[in-house]
Amino acid sequence: MTIAPPFNEAPPRLLARWLQTGRPADLAEHARQYRRPATDSGAEIIRAVTAAGLRGRGGAWFPTGRKMQAVATHGAAAGAAYVVVNAAESEPASSKDQLLLQAAPHLVLDGAELAAVAVGARQVSVCLTRGAEGMAELRTAIAERRAAGWHRAGVSITAVGTPRWYTSSDATALARFIGGGPAKPQALATHVRGVRGKPTMVSNAETFAHIALIARYGARWFREVGTSDAPGTWLVTLSGAVVRPGVYEVPVGASAADIIALAGGASEPWQAMLLGGYCGSWLPAEAMLDRPLAPEALAAAGVAPGVGILIGLPANACGLAETARVVTWLAGQSARQCGPCFNGLPAVAEELAALTWHRDRRALSRARFDLAMVYQRGGCAYPNGTVALTESALRVFADDVRRHLAGGGCDWVTRAPTLPLPEPLPAGEPWR
Amino acid sequence: MTGRRRRWAVLRGDRRRESLVGQRFHVDIAACDGYGTCAELVPELIRLDVWGYPIIGDEVIQTQLAAHAHRAVRFCPKLALTVVPADPR
Repeated sequence: MTIAPPFNEAPPRLLARWLQTGRPADLAEHARQYRRPATDSGAEIIRAVTAAGLRGRGGAWFPTGRKMQAVATHGAAAGAAYVVVNAAESEPASSKDQLLLQAAPHLVLDGAELAAVAVGARQVSVCLTRGAEGMAELRTAIAERRAAGWHRAGVSITAVGTPRWYTSSDATALARFIGGGPAKPQALATHVRGVRGKPTMVSNAETFAHIALIARYGARWFREVGTSDAPGTWLVTLSGAVVRPGVYEVPVGASAADIIALAGGASEPWQAMLLGGYCGSWLPAEAMLDRPLAPEALAAAGVAPGVGILIGLPANACGLAETARVVTWLAGQSARQCGPCFNGLPAVAEELAALTWHRDRRALSRARFDLAMVYQRGGCAYPNGTVALTESALRVFADDVRRHLAGGGCDWVTRAPTLPLPEPLPAGEPWR
Repeated sequence: MTGRRRRWAVLRGDRRRESLVGQRFHVDIAACDGYGTCAELVPELIRLDVWGYPIIGDEVIQTQLAAHAHRAVRFCPKLALTVVPADPR
Protein backbone atom coordinates (compact mmCIF):
# COMPACT_ATOMS: atom_id res chain seq x y z
CA MET A 1 0.00 0.00 0.00
CA THR A 2 1.29 3.42 -0.82
CA ILE A 3 0.41 6.37 1.32
CA ALA A 4 -0.50 9.28 -0.90
CA PRO A 5 1.13 12.51 0.21
CA PRO A 6 -1.43 15.19 1.01
CA PHE A 7 -0.79 17.19 -2.16
CA ASN A 8 -1.96 14.29 -4.31
CA GLU A 9 -5.36 14.46 -2.68
CA ALA A 10 -5.68 18.02 -3.88
CA PRO A 11 -6.32 18.18 -7.60
CA PRO A 12 -5.05 21.19 -9.52
CA ARG A 13 -7.45 24.10 -9.80
CA LEU A 14 -6.07 26.70 -12.16
CA LEU A 15 -4.57 24.17 -14.54
CA ALA A 16 -7.25 21.46 -14.12
CA ARG A 17 -8.79 21.97 -17.54
CA TRP A 18 -5.41 22.34 -19.22
CA LEU A 19 -4.17 19.07 -17.75
CA GLN A 20 -7.30 17.26 -18.97
CA THR A 21 -7.45 18.61 -22.50
CA GLY A 22 -3.89 19.73 -23.18
CA ARG A 23 -5.07 22.75 -25.14
CA PRO A 24 -5.86 26.35 -24.27
CA ALA A 25 -9.43 26.88 -23.04
CA ASP A 26 -11.29 29.20 -25.40
CA LEU A 27 -14.40 30.98 -24.20
CA ALA A 28 -16.76 28.18 -25.24
CA GLU A 29 -14.80 25.66 -23.23
CA HIS A 30 -14.38 28.08 -20.33
CA ALA A 31 -18.16 28.64 -20.29
CA ARG A 32 -18.76 24.87 -20.24
CA GLN A 33 -16.49 24.48 -17.23
CA TYR A 34 -17.45 27.55 -15.20
CA ARG A 35 -20.69 29.38 -14.73
CA ARG A 36 -20.54 33.14 -14.77
CA PRO A 37 -19.84 34.32 -11.23
CA ALA A 38 -23.18 35.32 -9.78
CA THR A 39 -22.19 38.31 -7.73
CA ASP A 40 -22.17 41.90 -8.92
CA SER A 41 -21.49 43.40 -5.54
CA GLY A 42 -17.99 44.74 -5.06
CA ALA A 43 -18.24 44.50 -1.28
CA GLU A 44 -19.28 40.87 -1.56
CA ILE A 45 -16.28 40.02 -3.76
CA ILE A 46 -13.88 41.67 -1.32
CA ARG A 47 -15.54 39.88 1.58
CA ALA A 48 -15.16 36.51 -0.16
CA VAL A 49 -11.50 37.10 -1.10
CA THR A 50 -10.73 38.26 2.44
CA ALA A 51 -12.50 35.27 4.00
CA ALA A 52 -10.65 32.96 1.61
CA GLY A 53 -7.36 34.31 2.94
CA LEU A 54 -5.93 34.66 -0.56
CA ARG A 55 -2.42 36.12 -0.60
CA GLY A 56 -0.74 37.60 -3.67
CA ARG A 57 1.25 35.17 -5.80
CA GLY A 58 3.61 37.75 -7.27
CA GLY A 59 6.14 37.13 -4.51
CA ALA A 60 5.10 39.37 -1.63
CA TRP A 61 2.22 37.19 -0.34
CA PHE A 62 0.31 40.29 0.69
CA PRO A 63 -3.31 39.58 1.68
CA THR A 64 -5.28 40.27 -1.50
CA GLY A 65 -8.54 41.15 0.25
CA ARG A 66 -6.77 43.84 2.23
CA LYS A 67 -5.20 45.25 -0.93
CA MET A 68 -8.57 45.32 -2.69
CA GLN A 69 -10.20 47.04 0.27
CA ALA A 70 -7.44 49.66 0.35
CA VAL A 71 -7.73 50.38 -3.38
CA ALA A 72 -11.53 50.51 -3.13
CA THR A 73 -11.41 52.95 -0.20
CA HIS A 74 -8.73 55.22 -1.67
CA GLY A 75 -10.32 54.91 -5.11
CA ALA A 76 -13.68 56.09 -3.85
CA ALA A 77 -11.99 59.13 -2.34
CA ALA A 78 -9.90 59.82 -5.46
CA GLY A 79 -12.79 59.35 -7.86
CA ALA A 80 -11.09 56.65 -9.93
CA ALA A 81 -9.17 53.40 -9.61
CA TYR A 82 -7.35 51.05 -11.94
CA VAL A 83 -6.58 47.35 -12.12
CA VAL A 84 -3.30 46.03 -13.52
CA VAL A 85 -2.76 42.32 -14.20
CA ASN A 86 0.95 41.64 -13.91
CA ALA A 87 1.92 38.87 -16.31
CA ALA A 88 5.16 40.59 -17.34
CA GLU A 89 7.09 37.75 -15.69
CA SER A 90 10.57 39.14 -16.14
CA GLU A 91 12.06 36.39 -13.95
CA PRO A 92 14.19 34.39 -16.40
CA ALA A 93 13.40 31.08 -14.66
CA SER A 94 9.64 31.58 -14.49
CA SER A 95 7.05 30.60 -17.05
CA LYS A 96 3.98 30.07 -14.88
CA ASP A 97 2.19 33.31 -15.77
CA GLN A 98 2.73 32.81 -19.46
CA LEU A 99 1.45 29.25 -19.19
CA LEU A 100 -1.58 30.26 -17.12
CA LEU A 101 -2.49 33.06 -19.49
CA GLN A 102 -2.30 30.71 -22.45
CA ALA A 103 -3.97 27.72 -20.79
CA ALA A 104 -6.80 29.54 -19.03
CA PRO A 105 -6.92 33.16 -20.21
CA HIS A 106 -10.57 33.61 -19.29
CA LEU A 107 -9.97 32.58 -15.70
CA VAL A 108 -7.42 35.39 -15.34
CA LEU A 109 -9.65 37.87 -17.19
CA ASP A 110 -12.73 36.90 -15.13
CA GLY A 111 -10.74 37.53 -11.99
CA ALA A 112 -9.50 40.86 -13.29
CA GLU A 113 -13.05 41.98 -14.10
CA LEU A 114 -14.29 40.90 -10.68
CA ALA A 115 -11.45 42.85 -9.09
CA ALA A 116 -12.33 45.87 -11.20
CA VAL A 117 -15.92 45.67 -9.97
CA ALA A 118 -14.68 45.29 -6.40
CA VAL A 119 -12.31 48.28 -6.40
CA GLY A 120 -14.45 50.45 -8.69
CA ALA A 121 -12.12 50.44 -11.70
CA ARG A 122 -13.29 50.92 -15.26
CA GLN A 123 -10.03 49.98 -16.91
CA VAL A 124 -7.99 46.80 -16.65
CA SER A 125 -4.51 46.56 -18.20
CA VAL A 126 -3.01 43.12 -18.72
CA CYS A 127 0.77 43.46 -18.90
CA LEU A 128 2.90 41.07 -20.91
CA THR A 129 6.57 41.61 -21.69
CA ARG A 130 7.09 42.68 -25.28
CA GLY A 131 8.11 39.80 -27.46
CA ALA A 132 6.73 37.20 -25.04
CA GLU A 133 4.55 34.51 -26.53
CA GLY A 134 0.84 34.81 -26.08
CA MET A 135 0.13 38.46 -26.85
CA ALA A 136 -1.93 37.59 -29.96
CA GLU A 137 -3.81 34.88 -28.05
CA LEU A 138 -4.52 37.29 -25.22
CA ARG A 139 -5.94 39.88 -27.63
CA THR A 140 -8.08 37.17 -29.22
CA ALA A 141 -9.41 36.13 -25.81
CA ILE A 142 -10.30 39.72 -24.91
CA ALA A 143 -12.12 40.19 -28.22
CA GLU A 144 -13.88 36.85 -27.82
CA ARG A 145 -15.38 37.90 -24.47
CA ARG A 146 -16.63 41.15 -25.86
CA ALA A 147 -18.17 39.48 -28.91
CA ALA A 148 -19.92 36.86 -26.81
CA GLY A 149 -21.14 39.34 -24.22
CA TRP A 150 -19.27 37.49 -21.48
CA HIS A 151 -17.41 40.62 -20.39
CA ARG A 152 -18.64 42.97 -17.71
CA ALA A 153 -20.31 46.14 -18.87
CA GLY A 154 -18.38 49.21 -17.84
CA VAL A 155 -15.02 47.44 -17.53
CA SER A 156 -12.67 47.55 -20.50
CA ILE A 157 -9.63 45.28 -20.75
CA THR A 158 -6.51 46.19 -22.72
CA ALA A 159 -3.42 44.10 -23.40
CA VAL A 160 -0.19 46.03 -22.87
CA GLY A 161 3.29 45.08 -24.07
CA THR A 162 5.84 46.21 -21.48
CA PRO A 163 9.62 46.86 -21.72
CA ARG A 164 11.92 43.89 -21.30
CA TRP A 165 13.97 45.09 -18.32
CA TYR A 166 13.86 42.96 -15.17
CA THR A 167 12.84 45.93 -13.01
CA SER A 168 10.04 46.88 -15.43
CA SER A 169 7.73 44.21 -14.03
CA ASP A 170 7.74 45.88 -10.61
CA ALA A 171 4.20 46.96 -9.64
CA THR A 172 5.09 50.64 -9.43
CA ALA A 173 7.00 50.50 -12.72
CA LEU A 174 3.97 49.05 -14.51
CA ALA A 175 1.67 51.67 -13.01
CA ARG A 176 4.03 54.39 -14.18
CA PHE A 177 4.31 52.86 -17.65
CA ILE A 178 0.56 52.55 -18.14
CA GLY A 179 0.20 56.18 -17.11
CA GLY A 180 2.56 57.18 -19.92
CA GLY A 181 5.91 57.24 -18.12
CA PRO A 182 9.00 55.04 -18.26
CA ALA A 183 8.64 51.50 -16.86
CA LYS A 184 10.89 52.29 -13.90
CA PRO A 185 9.94 51.71 -10.25
CA GLN A 186 8.91 54.67 -8.15
CA ALA A 187 8.67 55.16 -4.40
CA LEU A 188 4.89 55.40 -4.27
CA ALA A 189 2.45 52.80 -3.00
CA THR A 190 0.29 51.77 -5.98
CA HIS A 191 -2.79 51.26 -3.79
CA VAL A 192 -2.66 54.99 -3.07
CA ARG A 193 -1.01 56.47 -6.13
CA GLY A 194 -0.66 54.16 -9.12
CA VAL A 195 -1.75 54.65 -12.72
CA ARG A 196 -2.11 58.39 -13.43
CA GLY A 197 -1.74 59.03 -9.71
CA LYS A 198 -4.93 57.11 -8.91
CA PRO A 199 -5.28 54.13 -6.55
CA THR A 200 -4.40 50.98 -8.48
CA MET A 201 -4.62 47.29 -7.75
CA VAL A 202 -1.54 45.68 -9.29
CA SER A 203 -1.45 41.93 -8.76
CA ASN A 204 0.07 38.87 -10.32
CA ALA A 205 -1.94 37.14 -13.07
CA GLU A 206 -2.22 34.00 -10.93
CA THR A 207 -3.78 35.98 -8.09
CA PHE A 208 -6.61 37.10 -10.38
CA ALA A 209 -7.27 33.53 -11.51
CA HIS A 210 -7.68 32.53 -7.84
CA ILE A 211 -10.11 35.45 -7.35
CA ALA A 212 -12.21 34.11 -10.23
CA LEU A 213 -12.44 30.71 -8.56
CA ILE A 214 -13.18 32.15 -5.12
CA ALA A 215 -16.08 34.16 -6.61
CA ARG A 216 -17.55 30.92 -7.99
CA TYR A 217 -16.83 28.35 -5.32
CA GLY A 218 -16.49 30.45 -2.20
CA ALA A 219 -14.01 31.00 0.60
CA ARG A 220 -14.64 27.69 2.33
CA TRP A 221 -13.82 25.75 -0.83
CA PHE A 222 -10.68 27.82 -1.36
CA ARG A 223 -9.43 26.97 2.12
CA GLU A 224 -9.78 23.22 1.57
CA VAL A 225 -6.16 23.01 0.47
CA GLY A 226 -3.03 24.92 1.41
CA THR A 227 -2.10 26.13 4.87
CA SER A 228 -4.36 28.07 7.22
CA ASP A 229 -2.08 31.07 6.86
CA ALA A 230 -1.80 30.83 3.07
CA PRO A 231 -4.66 28.76 1.67
CA GLY A 232 -5.07 27.52 -1.89
CA THR A 233 -2.74 26.23 -4.54
CA TRP A 234 0.17 27.98 -6.21
CA LEU A 235 2.00 27.61 -9.48
CA VAL A 236 5.67 26.74 -9.27
CA THR A 237 8.08 26.75 -12.19
CA LEU A 238 10.51 23.94 -11.49
CA SER A 239 13.84 23.68 -13.31
CA GLY A 240 17.43 22.60 -12.78
CA ALA A 241 18.27 19.00 -11.92
CA VAL A 242 14.83 17.39 -12.41
CA VAL A 243 13.57 14.79 -14.86
CA ARG A 244 10.62 16.87 -16.13
CA PRO A 245 11.11 20.59 -15.63
CA GLY A 246 7.93 22.60 -15.97
CA VAL A 247 5.09 24.39 -14.21
CA TYR A 248 3.41 22.49 -11.38
CA GLU A 249 0.33 23.46 -9.40
CA VAL A 250 0.59 22.36 -5.78
CA PRO A 251 -1.08 23.36 -2.53
CA VAL A 252 0.77 26.04 -0.61
CA GLY A 253 2.76 24.06 1.95
CA ALA A 254 3.84 21.29 -0.40
CA SER A 255 7.56 20.70 0.08
CA ALA A 256 10.23 20.82 -2.59
CA ALA A 257 10.40 17.03 -2.35
CA ASP A 258 6.66 16.85 -3.15
CA ILE A 259 7.09 19.01 -6.24
CA ILE A 260 10.16 17.06 -7.37
CA ALA A 261 8.14 13.85 -7.06
CA LEU A 262 5.52 15.29 -9.42
CA ALA A 263 8.30 16.09 -11.88
CA GLY A 264 9.51 12.52 -12.02
CA GLY A 265 12.26 12.94 -9.45
CA ALA A 266 15.65 14.62 -9.43
CA SER A 267 17.92 13.92 -12.39
CA GLU A 268 20.99 14.43 -10.19
CA PRO A 269 21.33 14.79 -6.41
CA TRP A 270 20.65 18.38 -5.29
CA GLN A 271 23.10 20.31 -3.12
CA ALA A 272 20.92 23.42 -2.87
CA MET A 273 17.84 25.01 -4.33
CA LEU A 274 17.00 28.54 -5.33
CA LEU A 275 13.53 29.52 -4.18
CA GLY A 276 11.73 32.65 -5.36
CA GLY A 277 13.76 33.55 -8.42
CA TYR A 278 16.62 36.00 -8.67
CA CYS A 279 15.36 38.11 -5.80
CA GLY A 280 14.88 34.94 -3.76
CA SER A 281 17.15 32.83 -1.57
CA TRP A 282 19.39 29.81 -1.80
CA LEU A 283 18.41 27.03 0.59
CA PRO A 284 20.54 24.02 1.47
CA ALA A 285 18.84 20.98 -0.05
CA GLU A 286 19.44 18.57 2.80
CA ALA A 287 17.86 20.73 5.47
CA MET A 288 15.07 22.22 3.41
CA LEU A 289 13.85 19.59 0.93
CA ASP A 290 11.07 18.38 3.21
CA ARG A 291 10.10 21.69 4.70
CA PRO A 292 6.67 23.00 3.67
CA LEU A 293 7.02 25.83 1.19
CA ALA A 294 4.70 28.32 2.87
CA PRO A 295 5.26 31.77 4.32
CA GLU A 296 4.92 30.84 7.98
CA ALA A 297 6.95 27.61 7.78
CA LEU A 298 9.79 29.35 5.95
CA ALA A 299 9.80 32.41 8.18
CA ALA A 300 11.28 30.16 10.87
CA ALA A 301 14.27 29.66 8.58
CA GLY A 302 14.47 33.39 7.91
CA VAL A 303 13.33 33.20 4.28
CA ALA A 304 10.17 33.96 2.31
CA PRO A 305 8.74 31.79 -0.45
CA GLY A 306 8.67 34.68 -2.91
CA VAL A 307 7.37 34.00 -6.38
CA GLY A 308 6.84 30.36 -7.45
CA ILE A 309 10.22 29.45 -8.84
CA LEU A 310 12.26 26.47 -7.70
CA ILE A 311 15.62 25.61 -9.23
CA GLY A 312 17.58 22.52 -8.20
CA LEU A 313 21.34 22.95 -8.16
CA PRO A 314 23.12 19.65 -8.90
CA ALA A 315 25.71 18.42 -6.42
CA ASN A 316 28.68 19.04 -8.70
CA ALA A 317 27.68 22.55 -9.78
CA CYS A 318 29.13 25.66 -8.14
CA GLY A 319 26.51 27.83 -6.49
CA LEU A 320 28.98 30.63 -5.94
CA ALA A 321 29.90 30.91 -9.61
CA GLU A 322 26.24 30.62 -10.60
CA THR A 323 25.34 33.45 -8.23
CA ALA A 324 28.22 35.66 -9.38
CA ARG A 325 27.00 35.33 -12.96
CA VAL A 326 23.38 36.15 -12.08
CA VAL A 327 24.29 39.10 -9.83
CA THR A 328 26.33 40.60 -12.67
CA TRP A 329 23.23 40.38 -14.82
CA LEU A 330 21.01 41.81 -12.07
CA ALA A 331 23.36 44.76 -11.60
CA GLY A 332 22.81 45.66 -15.24
CA GLN A 333 19.03 45.59 -14.82
CA SER A 334 18.86 48.49 -12.37
CA ALA A 335 16.67 51.34 -13.57
CA ARG A 336 19.63 53.64 -12.74
CA GLN A 337 17.52 55.97 -10.66
CA CYS A 338 18.97 55.58 -7.17
CA GLY A 339 22.69 55.98 -6.49
CA PRO A 340 23.03 53.25 -3.85
CA CYS A 341 21.45 50.74 -6.30
CA PHE A 342 23.21 51.61 -9.55
CA ASN A 343 26.56 52.06 -7.82
CA GLY A 344 26.18 49.35 -5.20
CA LEU A 345 24.95 46.41 -7.26
CA PRO A 346 27.77 46.58 -9.85
CA ALA A 347 30.24 46.86 -6.95
CA VAL A 348 28.78 43.75 -5.30
CA ALA A 349 28.85 41.90 -8.64
CA GLU A 350 32.50 42.80 -9.18
CA GLU A 351 33.45 41.71 -5.67
CA LEU A 352 31.64 38.39 -6.08
CA ALA A 353 33.49 37.80 -9.34
CA ALA A 354 36.79 38.77 -7.71
CA LEU A 355 36.39 36.31 -4.86
CA THR A 356 35.09 33.60 -7.18
CA TRP A 357 37.66 33.85 -9.94
CA HIS A 358 40.63 35.79 -8.58
CA ARG A 359 41.02 34.42 -5.04
CA ASP A 360 40.58 37.95 -3.75
CA ARG A 361 40.19 37.57 0.03
CA ARG A 362 39.47 41.22 0.60
CA ALA A 363 36.65 41.08 -1.91
CA LEU A 364 34.61 39.03 0.55
CA SER A 365 34.71 41.67 3.26
CA ARG A 366 34.20 44.43 0.71
CA ALA A 367 31.16 42.58 -0.60
CA ARG A 368 29.74 42.24 2.92
CA PHE A 369 30.27 45.96 3.51
CA ASP A 370 28.64 46.96 0.22
CA LEU A 371 25.70 44.61 0.76
CA ALA A 372 24.96 46.36 4.04
CA MET A 373 25.40 49.70 2.26
CA VAL A 374 22.84 48.84 -0.44
CA TYR A 375 20.21 47.14 1.70
CA GLN A 376 17.06 49.24 2.15
CA ARG A 377 18.67 52.20 0.43
CA GLY A 378 16.92 52.07 -2.93
CA GLY A 379 13.64 53.75 -3.75
CA CYS A 380 12.13 50.31 -4.42
CA ALA A 381 12.76 46.80 -3.10
CA TYR A 382 14.90 45.74 -6.06
CA PRO A 383 18.35 46.12 -4.47
CA ASN A 384 17.08 44.28 -1.36
CA GLY A 385 16.34 41.27 -3.54
CA THR A 386 19.87 41.15 -4.89
CA VAL A 387 21.21 41.53 -1.36
CA ALA A 388 19.07 38.59 -0.19
CA LEU A 389 20.26 36.41 -3.07
CA THR A 390 23.93 37.24 -2.51
CA GLU A 391 23.81 36.87 1.26
CA SER A 392 22.06 33.52 1.00
CA ALA A 393 24.73 32.37 -1.47
CA LEU A 394 27.57 33.40 0.85
CA ARG A 395 25.83 31.49 3.66
CA VAL A 396 24.78 28.32 1.83
CA PHE A 397 27.95 28.05 -0.27
CA ALA A 398 30.36 29.00 2.52
CA ASP A 399 32.44 25.91 1.72
CA ASP A 400 32.69 26.94 -1.92
CA VAL A 401 33.76 30.42 -0.86
CA ARG A 402 36.58 28.90 1.22
CA ARG A 403 37.58 26.57 -1.59
CA HIS A 404 37.68 29.36 -4.16
CA LEU A 405 39.71 31.62 -1.89
CA ALA A 406 42.14 28.78 -1.20
CA GLY A 407 42.63 28.35 -4.94
CA GLY A 408 40.90 25.00 -5.16
CA GLY A 409 39.56 24.54 -8.65
CA CYS A 410 35.99 24.88 -9.74
CA ASP A 411 34.67 22.85 -12.62
CA TRP A 412 31.77 25.21 -13.19
CA VAL A 413 33.15 26.22 -16.58
CA THR A 414 32.96 22.64 -17.80
CA ARG A 415 29.18 22.43 -17.43
CA ALA A 416 26.32 24.55 -18.69
CA PRO A 417 25.01 27.00 -16.09
CA THR A 418 21.96 25.85 -14.12
CA LEU A 419 20.50 29.33 -13.72
CA PRO A 420 19.10 30.63 -17.01
CA LEU A 421 19.71 34.17 -18.23
CA PRO A 422 18.03 35.85 -21.19
CA GLU A 423 19.88 37.23 -24.20
CA PRO A 424 21.50 40.54 -23.28
CA LEU A 425 19.32 43.53 -24.18
CA PRO A 426 20.67 45.67 -27.03
CA ALA A 427 22.18 49.08 -26.30
CA GLY A 428 19.43 51.67 -26.13
CA GLU A 429 16.74 49.17 -25.11
CA PRO A 430 13.79 51.43 -24.28
CA TRP A 431 12.15 51.90 -20.87
CA ARG A 432 9.05 53.21 -22.65
CA MET B 1 1.08 65.58 1.90
CA THR B 2 3.50 64.65 -0.90
CA GLY B 3 7.24 65.20 -0.69
CA ARG B 4 7.26 68.18 -3.02
CA ARG B 5 4.42 69.95 -1.24
CA ARG B 6 5.92 69.20 2.15
CA ARG B 7 9.15 70.80 0.97
CA TRP B 8 7.40 73.98 -0.05
CA ALA B 9 5.64 74.09 3.27
CA VAL B 10 9.06 74.06 4.95
CA LEU B 11 10.52 76.61 2.55
CA ARG B 12 7.66 79.07 2.71
CA GLY B 13 8.05 79.09 6.42
CA ASP B 14 4.43 78.31 7.20
CA ARG B 15 6.01 75.60 9.24
CA ARG B 16 8.36 77.46 11.51
CA ARG B 17 11.82 76.14 12.10
CA GLU B 18 10.74 74.87 15.46
CA SER B 19 8.23 72.63 13.69
CA LEU B 20 11.15 70.65 12.27
CA VAL B 21 11.95 69.65 15.80
CA GLY B 22 10.86 66.10 16.51
CA GLN B 23 10.67 65.24 12.82
CA ARG B 24 13.27 63.35 10.83
CA PHE B 25 14.85 63.71 7.42
CA HIS B 26 13.67 61.82 4.39
CA VAL B 27 15.48 61.71 1.05
CA ASP B 28 13.87 60.93 -2.29
CA ILE B 29 16.78 58.71 -3.27
CA ALA B 30 15.72 58.55 -6.93
CA ALA B 31 15.87 62.34 -7.17
CA CYS B 32 19.15 62.62 -5.22
CA ASP B 33 22.29 63.04 -7.31
CA GLY B 34 24.74 62.90 -4.43
CA TYR B 35 25.75 66.57 -4.21
CA GLY B 36 26.40 66.07 -0.51
CA THR B 37 25.09 69.46 0.56
CA CYS B 38 22.93 67.96 3.28
CA ALA B 39 25.79 66.04 4.90
CA GLU B 40 27.87 69.21 4.76
CA LEU B 41 25.20 71.23 6.56
CA VAL B 42 23.94 68.68 9.10
CA PRO B 43 26.77 66.14 9.57
CA GLU B 44 25.24 65.28 12.96
CA LEU B 45 22.28 63.59 11.26
CA ILE B 46 23.36 62.85 7.70
CA ARG B 47 26.42 60.85 6.57
CA LEU B 48 27.45 59.97 3.04
CA ASP B 49 28.07 56.46 1.74
CA VAL B 50 31.14 55.54 -0.33
CA TRP B 51 29.38 56.74 -3.49
CA GLY B 52 28.38 60.06 -1.97
CA TYR B 53 24.71 59.39 -1.29
CA PRO B 54 23.17 60.36 2.04
CA ILE B 55 22.61 57.84 4.81
CA ILE B 56 19.89 59.04 7.13
CA GLY B 57 19.42 57.49 10.53
CA ASP B 58 16.34 57.31 12.68
CA GLU B 59 17.31 60.23 14.89
CA VAL B 60 14.82 63.07 15.11
CA ILE B 61 15.82 66.70 14.62
CA GLN B 62 16.64 68.41 17.93
CA THR B 63 16.07 72.07 18.72
CA GLN B 64 19.74 73.05 18.41
CA LEU B 65 19.91 71.62 14.88
CA ALA B 66 16.60 72.99 13.59
CA ALA B 67 18.18 75.97 11.82
CA HIS B 68 20.77 73.74 10.14
CA ALA B 69 18.11 71.24 9.17
CA HIS B 70 16.01 73.98 7.64
CA ARG B 71 19.00 75.15 5.62
CA ALA B 72 19.75 71.62 4.43
CA VAL B 73 16.23 71.20 3.09
CA ARG B 74 16.37 74.62 1.48
CA PHE B 75 19.68 74.18 -0.27
CA CYS B 76 19.32 70.61 -1.62
CA PRO B 77 20.17 71.15 -5.31
CA LYS B 78 17.83 68.33 -6.43
CA LEU B 79 14.99 69.22 -4.02
CA ALA B 80 15.31 65.64 -2.78
CA LEU B 81 15.51 66.32 0.96
CA THR B 82 12.39 66.68 3.08
CA VAL B 83 11.33 66.16 6.66
CA VAL B 84 8.67 63.67 7.68
CA PRO B 85 6.91 62.94 10.97
CA ALA B 86 9.11 60.69 13.08
CA ASP B 87 6.58 58.00 13.95
CA PRO B 88 5.52 56.22 10.76
CA ARG B 89 8.38 54.84 8.71
